[in-house]
Amino acid sequence: MTAPILALRGVNKSFGPIDVLHDITLEVKPGEVLCLLGDNGAGKSTLIKIMSGVHQPSSGVIEMDGQPVSFPTPRVAAEAGISTVHQFGGTFPLMSIGRSFFVGVEPTKGWGPFRVYDRKRANAIAVKAVQDMGITRITDGDRLVGGLSGGERQSLAIARAVHFGARVLILDEPTAALGVKQATHVLRIVNEAKRRGLAVIFITHQVMHAMAVGDHFAVLIRGAVAADFKKGEKTREEITDLMAGGASMASLEAEIEGYMASHNGHPPPPAA
Amino acid sequence: MSSTSLGGLLRRPEAGAALGLIAVLIFFAFFGGVTFLKPAGMASWLNVAANLGVIAIPLGLLMIAGELDISVGAMVPFGAMTVAVVSGHYDMPIWLGVAMALSFGVIVGLVNGILVVKTAVPSLIVTLGSLFAVQGVVLGLTVLITKSTSVALSVEGPAKAMFGDFLFGGQLQVMALWWLGLTALYIFFVHFSPFGNWIFAMGGDKVSARNAGIPTDRLTIILFVLSATSAAFVGMSQAILYNSAQVAGGQSFIFNAIISVVVGGVLLTGGFGSVVGIFFGTITFAIVTQGIYYTDFDRNWSSLIIGVLLLGAVLMNNTFRKMALSATTKKKGAKA
Ligand SMILES: Nc1ncnc2c1ncn2[C@@H]1O[C@H](COP(=O)(O)OP(=O)(O)OP(=O)(O)O)[C@@H](O)[C@H]1O
Ligand SMILES: [Mg+2]
Repeated sequence: MTAPILALRGVNKSFGPIDVLHDITLEVKPGEVLCLLGDNGAGKSTLIKIMSGVHQPSSGVIEMDGQPVSFPTPRVAAEAGISTVHQFGGTFPLMSIGRSFFVGVEPTKGWGPFRVYDRKRANAIAVKAVQDMGITRITDGDRLVGGLSGGERQSLAIARAVHFGARVLILDEPTAALGVKQATHVLRIVNEAKRRGLAVIFITHQVMHAMAVGDHFAVLIRGAVAADFKKGEKTREEITDLMAGGASMASLEAEIEGYMASHNGHPPPPAA
Repeated sequence: MSSTSLGGLLRRPEAGAALGLIAVLIFFAFFGGVTFLKPAGMASWLNVAANLGVIAIPLGLLMIAGELDISVGAMVPFGAMTVAVVSGHYDMPIWLGVAMALSFGVIVGLVNGILVVKTAVPSLIVTLGSLFAVQGVVLGLTVLITKSTSVALSVEGPAKAMFGDFLFGGQLQVMALWWLGLTALYIFFVHFSPFGNWIFAMGGDKVSARNAGIPTDRLTIILFVLSATSAAFVGMSQAILYNSAQVAGGQSFIFNAIISVVVGGVLLTGGFGSVVGIFFGTITFAIVTQGIYYTDFDRNWSSLIIGVLLLGAVLMNNTFRKMALSATTKKKGAKA
């Protein structure tokens, strides 16, 4: 058995009086994709913000390679090799593609106090990274990010995380804004990162995407781990039900079928 | 290369400011002749631009970072009064007065920055508070200590030459050299060193910038220290130049600096702008306020010109920014 890279042990998080996470224990191993599933507001983003140094746990321990660690700032987490695409943002509308890509880790040329930002190199790396994501329309690293489409911006943020992600890659709903082709690219990138031995944490509301790349699934319901299972241990229907927070999709389907059976095959009228 | 093409030039943040400056130059050359471009005429607006510019650039950086600092209006008289009271009224060494004036700048900047970062109250409100608080302190302490609202100071030697003298015995203040030197330094730090990127990222999206590992709190505090200290520096230098300090005055710097920054192409909501643009904006402002004396217009009209200029510059900068957003220099697919 490989040892986990990153683990949470009994982590709780509250914002003032609001308890958001309860006693979370989770692990990710190198070369493994952990899919974090759950309804809106279940606490998925809060959980990964604890792993990436944005929030501090109220109690509990974060372990890296079996050692307790703390990530007081995002920079510390990044230096530990954890790279995150947060659910919103991640790019800067009025900055160029190259500059936005390298915020906080700007490449430089020259010496000592005369080190200057290396625009050519930044642009070249950023453009190549975005093109590798399947966005071949982007060829000019001087273009402003705000002129890109939502999906292109999302791809830029993911490309950045993949570029800097040394050990753990965290993606919070990376496919939400993406077209079919780009979403497929993201899934391929997740698989590629996994093959390179990274641990990937992948948040999605789409069962298909989760099933396509996940090795290990954890379902959050109202801030607690409601289920934690390996690939193949549950059917797609069961996972869908869990993601809907327990409300069974199957029972909804049965309801509709029942209605149709009793109404000469007509579906129920749309709710007003 | 893209940056040398016309399109590349137009999408730079200073494009509007450069065009505005040219327009103003033509306007005043037409109505007032070229006297204001001759050495004697130039000194008048260069002096205004220099004193304003030393404050406008750090203020502009704060605005690029998404913050505002109006306490500069109180820091100018605070700096002036500190050096006058310490080295004039108490007759202590001038360097002590200089050091204390600048230290007060650092302290007020720290207080502003820490309050903004810790309380998350908008910086307009925080610095509005410190504007009044500092004004109160300056007036109260000056009257308490000197029983007057105006304090005399006489400085000679290197301190005079460095901060408050005229160059080559002419009419140009040494502040002009400080302004040029500081502008060059700012250009390097903001546009060439890697740290400049952090300021733009912070103004564009503070949460994402923090998530990307930028020490946003520390950077914010540093920028507030920079603007308050620069304002104290200008006040101190003026007191040394004019051999006296008044408790009032300085408020005009608030609006004048903001106008220079906005005319210079800085986006009020942050994330966009340039030091060169602020530099052009400052010169434009100074020419409008001083150039009027070389025309037949009554000087009362200069506020009207500034108002029109401000609106025009903002509209133009908006247009250019939209162009910049949609621009790409590679003409890919032009044939397809
Ligand atoms: N900074 C905060 N202060 C207070 N409450 C917060 C904060 N951040 C999150 N919460 C609360 O924590 C709960 C979980 O939020 P979180 O963003 O983690 O949900 P999520 O599972 O990512 O949802 P979604 O699928 O909609 O992205 C929500 O009820 C939210 O209101
Ligand atoms: Mg979320």
